[in-house]
Amino acid sequence: MIDKRLMGEAKKVRLYLALTISLGLCTGLLVILQAATLAKVISEVFLNHQTLSQVWNGLLLLLGVILLRALVSWLTEVIAQRAAAQIKSALRMQLLQHVLSLGPVHARGERTGELVNLMTEGVEALEDYFARYLPQVALAALIPLLILFFVLPIDLTSGIILLFTAPLIPFFMILIGKWADHLTKKQWDIMSRMSAHFLDVLQGLTTLKIFGRSKDQVRVIARISDDFRKTTLGVLRVAFLSALVLELLATISTALVAVALGLRLVYDRIPFQEAFFLLLLAPEFYLPLRNLGSQFHAAMAGVNAANRIFEVLDLPLPVTEGLGQQACPSNGQLHISWQNVSFTYSGTDQPALQECSFELLPGQVVALVGPSGAGKTTIAQLLLRFIEPSGGTMAVNGISLQQLGAADWRRQVAFLPQHPYLFYGTVAANIGLGRPEATLAEIEAAAKLAGADRFINELPQGYQTPVGEGGTRLSGGQAQRVAIARAFLKDAPLVILDEATTGLDPATEELVQEALSRLMRGRTVLLIAHRLSTIYQADHILVLDQGRVVEQGRHEQLLARQGLYHRLVTAYRGESA
Amino acid sequence: MSDFLRLVKLVSPYWQRMLWAVLLGFLTVGSNIGLLTTSAYLISKAALHPSVAELMVAIVGVRFFGIARAVFRYLERYFSHDVTFRLLSQLRVWFYQAMEPLAPARLQIQHSGDLLSRIVSDVEVLKNFYLRVLAPPLVAVLILVLMITFYSQFAVKLTYLYLFFFVVAGLILPLGVRLRGRGLGRQMVAVRAQMNARLVDSIQGMTEIIAYGQRQAIQENVSQISGKLISLQGKTAVLSGLANSLNGLTMHLALWSILVLSIPLVTTGEIKEVYLAVLALGVLSSFEAVGNLPLTFHYLEESLAAAKRLFSITATKPTVSNPMLPTSVPDSFDLHTKGLSFSYDRDKTYALQNINLAIPQGGRVAVVGPSGAGKSTLVNLLLRFWDYQQGSIYLGGRNIKELQPEELRQLIAVVAQRTHLFNTTIRENLLLAKPTATAEELADVVHRARLDDFIQELPNGDQTYIGEGGFKLSGGQRQRIAIARALLKDAPILILDEATAGLDAVTEREVMSAIDELMQGRTCLMLTHRLTGLERMDQILVLDEGKLAEQGTHRELLQRKGLYYRMWELSRQIEQ
Repeated sequence: MIDKRLMGEAKKVRLYLALTISLGLCTGLLVILQAATLAKVISEVFLNHQTLSQVWNGLLLLLGVILLRALVSWLTEVIAQRAAAQIKSALRMQLLQHVLSLGPVHARGERTGELVNLMTEGVEALEDYFARYLPQVALAALIPLLILFFVLPIDLTSGIILLFTAPLIPFFMILIGKWADHLTKKQWDIMSRMSAHFLDVLQGLTTLKIFGRSKDQVRVIARISDDFRKTTLGVLRVAFLSALVLELLATISTALVAVALGLRLVYDRIPFQEAFFLLLLAPEFYLPLRNLGSQFHAAMAGVNAANRIFEVLDLPLPVTEGLGQQACPSNGQLHISWQNVSFTYSGTDQPALQECSFELLPGQVVALVGPSGAGKTTIAQLLLRFIEPSGGTMAVNGISLQQLGAADWRRQVAFLPQHPYLFYGTVAANIGLGRPEATLAEIEAAAKLAGADRFINELPQGYQTPVGEGGTRLSGGQAQRVAIARAFLKDAPLVILDEATTGLDPATEELVQEALSRLMRGRTVLLIAHRLSTIYQADHILVLDQGRVVEQGRHEQLLARQGLYHRLVTAYRGESA
Repeated sequence: MSDFLRLVKLVSPYWQRMLWAVLLGFLTVGSNIGLLTTSAYLISKAALHPSVAELMVAIVGVRFFGIARAVFRYLERYFSHDVTFRLLSQLRVWFYQAMEPLAPARLQIQHSGDLLSRIVSDVEVLKNFYLRVLAPPLVAVLILVLMITFYSQFAVKLTYLYLFFFVVAGLILPLGVRLRGRGLGRQMVAVRAQMNARLVDSIQGMTEIIAYGQRQAIQENVSQISGKLISLQGKTAVLSGLANSLNGLTMHLALWSILVLSIPLVTTGEIKEVYLAVLALGVLSSFEAVGNLPLTFHYLEESLAAAKRLFSITATKPTVSNPMLPTSVPDSFDLHTKGLSFSYDRDKTYALQNINLAIPQGGRVAVVGPSGAGKSTLVNLLLRFWDYQQGSIYLGGRNIKELQPEELRQLIAVVAQRTHLFNTTIRENLLLAKPTATAEELADVVHRARLDDFIQELPNGDQTYIGEGGFKLSGGQRQRIAIARALLKDAPILILDEATAGLDAVTEREVMSAIDELMQGRTCLMLTHRLTGLERMDQILVLDEGKLAEQGTHRELLQRKGLYYRMWELSRQIEQ
């Protein structure tokens, strides 16, 4: 349960942790002092018949210890949390940086919800591990030793009872705990699957109603929940045994100590004060061990979360070695030329792109056409340097693209994805993503060019209307025009455009198309096309199939060949073949 | 408070089991008190050197309580988990039953998946209502009664003192800390939401962030929010640490005060000296019962918040009322409406206004129009997800309001743009339409929906789980499953609601050919905003802002040169 890599993290805050453990030991000493004082006071009154004023000094000492104990326990928690907080915020940022460094293509395999959950809840789960479990491991070893140090000189028998039962607790904890934990974890998995089922049913309620099956589900839900209860309780019945054994060890040995002490007292082999002191210490002896047990689960959650965190951090970053940082030689004119570029996604052996060559001249519009999975998106991703080619060369104005700094190169490119993402923030801020230093007037001008100013002005707060998660919902056509405005604002010489496949209604469609035509004017454009109207406008068309360029040329030339392009166009038109 | 009572009522069917669990919880703490007080008595008595026989009762008592504590703890955990799981089951069924009549009309606002998962976790939160909200205070009260009785045997003064410290530790301190921490809690929720939104943005919007060189900016932003969160958590730790240490302090102060009060009584002989140690250990062992109470307040607030959200949904009235008298199903399936008007929000604008249409049995009618024209509303009314306010819809000459909604829906198959497929096997998803279908029937519809090639390639054929092991369905495959489902249902009326929207051109053609198969011999209503392939329809209705703008065949409408003609021209420009 002591994870190597987590210990590595713990080293960074060792000062705090050392302080937490020292304070814990302090508490241990105060507990012993309190027991000794209490035993003395009671013994004096009980056996020596002293009055309140005679034991007053002892009582004052007791009060002091009590107050000090409260103070120390408060400090312990505050400092332990500090240690965890530092680790949490560092790991969270490390995760985010790593995911962003992976880039959109390599991070694609990870689900958004899961990643976000890992960065929030997952990181939070570490708090219990660092703030409570880790110090408790040290204390569970140290405090019993400390108590034994006081017990053994006074009474060997009690000392031996404690000494021999103590190791049994961690032993049983590991023996039963591991196995029971495995079972419990499995049950929790079933449990989360059950709530997934419930969610699924709620989401599909309309469908169930259409098929007249919605009322049956009451029985299904009740049955599944009940089955779950029965199997789970069967498992828990055993799993709780671990708790039973732990509890039994602690209480039985307290009872044993008490009985042993009682018998020795009868024969006057031990003074009452010492016997009572021992009785008070017996439960305290087991307390740190039992606390460790109760934090085991939380720590487990922490370790599980940590495993996921390190799993993500271990995802290899794309190789950036040998890549240059040269500035992009641009006078607003870009000439891109590809020679035999290939690319294979990791985890597959089928190349996504094979020996692809083409030229993109300044001011030219090149359209990529082909069935899905043909490699169109891969070309866009390579050109955006989200991924690096496994073979061939991509050159810009005669310089290899890999010689250029990636961030500097991307400044030359405006990218319009198929489903533009709107960030949580105002419309103005979303457009401003294209050029963060832009003034509001510039943003409005860009929106006008994108044909977006009319609907933006009709929004409740105009350009200051919040959009994105939790904000005003924009329709698909509106979101696309915001993205076009971004591109206008960026005013980059190269535009990469991934056309939307989902149909908008004709009127909106027309607005979007007009805005796109305006954007493409005077710029070099690489276009992943899904519409004949845009394909017609292209100066050059690349037809892709299974990662290869199978045909290229102008529209009329390609039609005349009666090949794949012809088949695709026929399908687009909706004519019968 | 009324939410609290409703919640109690909701869990009340299990009150007997709950009482048992509470009793066991009481016995667990009680055994601990027994163990420590008897032990204290044992050694105090032994110090007076009696014969061993006089100690026998105490010795047996000590051993008994030592074992009883562990056994009661075990039973208590077992029983309380049993109750908790029963509650969860009951809560799910309750909520589903309340929700079922509301769908989908009353749930439109809550439609996003987010809100639904919120609901699911709200139900999960409520399962703790017994274990963490109701049980701990009940156990504490029982222990309090026990201890007051115990101390009153010695001196009445002691009971007041005990009561005072018990209430301070169990009620006043946790309440005080909660009140103080409330502002912090609210800030924390806000900062967390902010962080979540930012992180979702930075992952889902990663393409844009990197393409537009905003990486540094967003990292700094998240770091700033994370810093804010950490500082809030630090403040919370200061407060919660204080709460915990005050809890311990109260217990020890109680011990100290009991001593100060008892010592003079021992001196005067009002309390026998042998009991002094017993009185002291009574305090230490019984405060276990208030240790968990601070958490109770936390869970109480959480439960009430969750309950409030759930009650607000279940309190909604369904939009459709069922007819009192059961009526028989119509035997012909022509559809017509007369002066049909409907508005979602009674005072606001009409979603549909004065619609008159007639579809003969087996007829094919397309409904076209820009989004927001009222096409989906028409479907919602036909399926009786909503009831219309004016006019009427007749099916086979019968007003559909006279039919049971379930019976009506039996007659209609729907293939919509977004098909919900359940997280189960493909087979189960198909069987939804007809649980009694034979293997031959299934194979037949799979074939007719052009699904056989696809299913044969799957590792487990139609027993393959959807969404398992990274296996995802494409849009075209989803639609074909929906078509197979509709074929299996074999209803006389078919509604196609943008069934091919969002598919690429090649896939769309494949799906359309399966749809053609489905349309054979049924009364068809096709809703679309794409104007391809409408030549085949018997009639086209053009909706605009809830009104029937034009109707006729494709050719007639083109000749009229109205709205349909303009839409058609526009779409031709774009698509060709």
